[in-house]
Amino acid sequence: MNSVVCISHVPDTESRIKIAAGGKKIDETGLKFIVSPYDEIALEAAVRLKEAKGGDVTVLTFGPDRAQQALREALARGANKAMHVKGESGDADSLGIAKVLAAAIRTIPHDVVFLGKQGVGTDNGLVGPMLAELLGYPQINVVTELEFGEGNVTAHREIEGAEEILETGLPVIVTAQKGLNEPRYAKLQGIMAAKKVAVDAKSISDLGLDESDVLNKRVNVVSIELPAEKTGGRKIDGSDAKAAAAEIVKYIKDEAKAL
Amino acid sequence: MTVLVFTETNDGKLKKASREALTIGRKLGAGDVVAFASDASVAEEAGKFGATKLYVTNVAGYLTEPYTAALAQVIKDTQANVVLFGGTSNGRDLAPRVAARLDAGVASDVDRLEWTDGKLRARRPVYSGKAFATVEVTSNPAIATTRPNAFPAEEAGGGAAEVVNVSADATSRVKLVETKVPEAGELSIAEADIIVSGGRGLKEAANFSYIRDLAHAIGGAVGASRATVDAGWIDHQHQVGQTGRVVSPNVYIAAGVSGAIQHLAGMSSSKHIIAINKDPEAPIFRVADLGVVGDLFQILPELTEEVKKAKAH
Repeated sequence: MNSVVCISHVPDTESRIKIAAGGKKIDETGLKFIVSPYDEIALEAAVRLKEAKGGDVTVLTFGPDRAQQALREALARGANKAMHVKGESGDADSLGIAKVLAAAIRTIPHDVVFLGKQGVGTDNGLVGPMLAELLGYPQINVVTELEFGEGNVTAHREIEGAEEILETGLPVIVTAQKGLNEPRYAKLQGIMAAKKVAVDAKSISDLGLDESDVLNKRVNVVSIELPAEKTGGRKIDGSDAKAAAAEIVKYIKDEAKAL
Repeated sequence: MTVLVFTETNDGKLKKASREALTIGRKLGAGDVVAFASDASVAEEAGKFGATKLYVTNVAGYLTEPYTAALAQVIKDTQANVVLFGGTSNGRDLAPRVAARLDAGVASDVDRLEWTDGKLRARRPVYSGKAFATVEVTSNPAIATTRPNAFPAEEAGGGAAEVVNVSADATSRVKLVETKVPEAGELSIAEADIIVSGGRGLKEAANFSYIRDLAHAIGGAVGASRATVDAGWIDHQHQVGQTGRVVSPNVYIAAGVSGAIQHLAGMSSSKHIIAINKDPEAPIFRVADLGVVGDLFQILPELTEEVKKAKAH
């Protein structure tokens, strides 16, 4: 069974965010970039499927030159093919990104398309279902458990305080949620093997798409700002537990009006 | 001009996220508000929140494909300029699929929304709240999903919405086998008004009972830091932070949570933050409105008792 895993290259979750001159983007200077954590889970699911049933795992990213690092990382963790659609994905809305990915996926043999439930950072959570619509596939979103049969899949989808068990045929779009698996670390052997894989590089126009339908379309960023610095409120000594508890209850009653 | 709001129901009542989306939809002043639902019995309640019409689908339980077909149909019929979804699991599943069908842009998880010069302008947290982006959706329709708890739910006092039945293709390639409720009776952190969160200061899994007891007494949801989830002390559904849920409840109580940057990003927009930690230098105190320096194992049981007393009055 062949799969495609869409990954994005995002600032490390421990990063402090600064705003770039112009006020519309973050300043990437000095930021460490990683494979988006939910995409790592998606990749692990694809690699396990390959180990169980054979086939190829192609990692796909749309992004600037630096995003190639994400592909190398994914190859080191068990993907065996890679495609890089080069472009300023930061200027594209989610549907623009989905259009690029859909066009690329059509050129790659696949039974399943995996991605994270959202890219960490942009936090939109839109690309998976958009991709499903563009490709005309069923979608199972925010998946915490997954089992493939012959030509079908059963998946657990997380909803508020419960989960749904859903079943569908292939091909399918699956978006990964934390809990689906524990992603493996790259081993030296994998890192060496990854270096030998040629990354298939494409441009947006190579895929037959018009850049003007991908970039600066439908959703425009007006500004990006840091939140007002919180200075911290009142701090009290809690060595008398009973008094501290009374103080907290008073605060919840008087300020939050919640009791 | 028309604003269409996708609503969901629970036991014949509108979900809170739907009431919030209807309220902000009305306040936009972008046009008449109409709603989409799967249950005609909420026509009166939808009317109270400002909807003049309620479009009711023939498919009762949520499934992506038939809901996409029905909602896309209603958007065409009403020529809606703005389509809003409460940011629930289903809203977040459906909005992007509908948007792709209509070649429309989406602002997701927004916490401010306005209609200016014929455009939908939204503010949304990015990098889990470490920054805020203001975006403009330029497509027609313009679509947004609203962040739970970010908008008030206020009635406008209208009469019952007129029910219009929608029949669209009900075919779904995805079948629902079963809905499982793993931890019965537990509130989800996504929509809770009060969250009580535990961190590594709890020392071991069993001590989450201190958090659960307080959450139960106060009527709140149980939250957790990434460290406790990674250690396997509690299910990831409870995780607050950049790789968990970003939450903004009315009251957030953090006990034994030091306040790693990715946890702070996920909860610092909560309206009232109370932190209990034995380390006076813990970063959580920087965002806390009320910080208590002390032993959570002493304070939480006392607090649970005080809350019970306050509730009994």
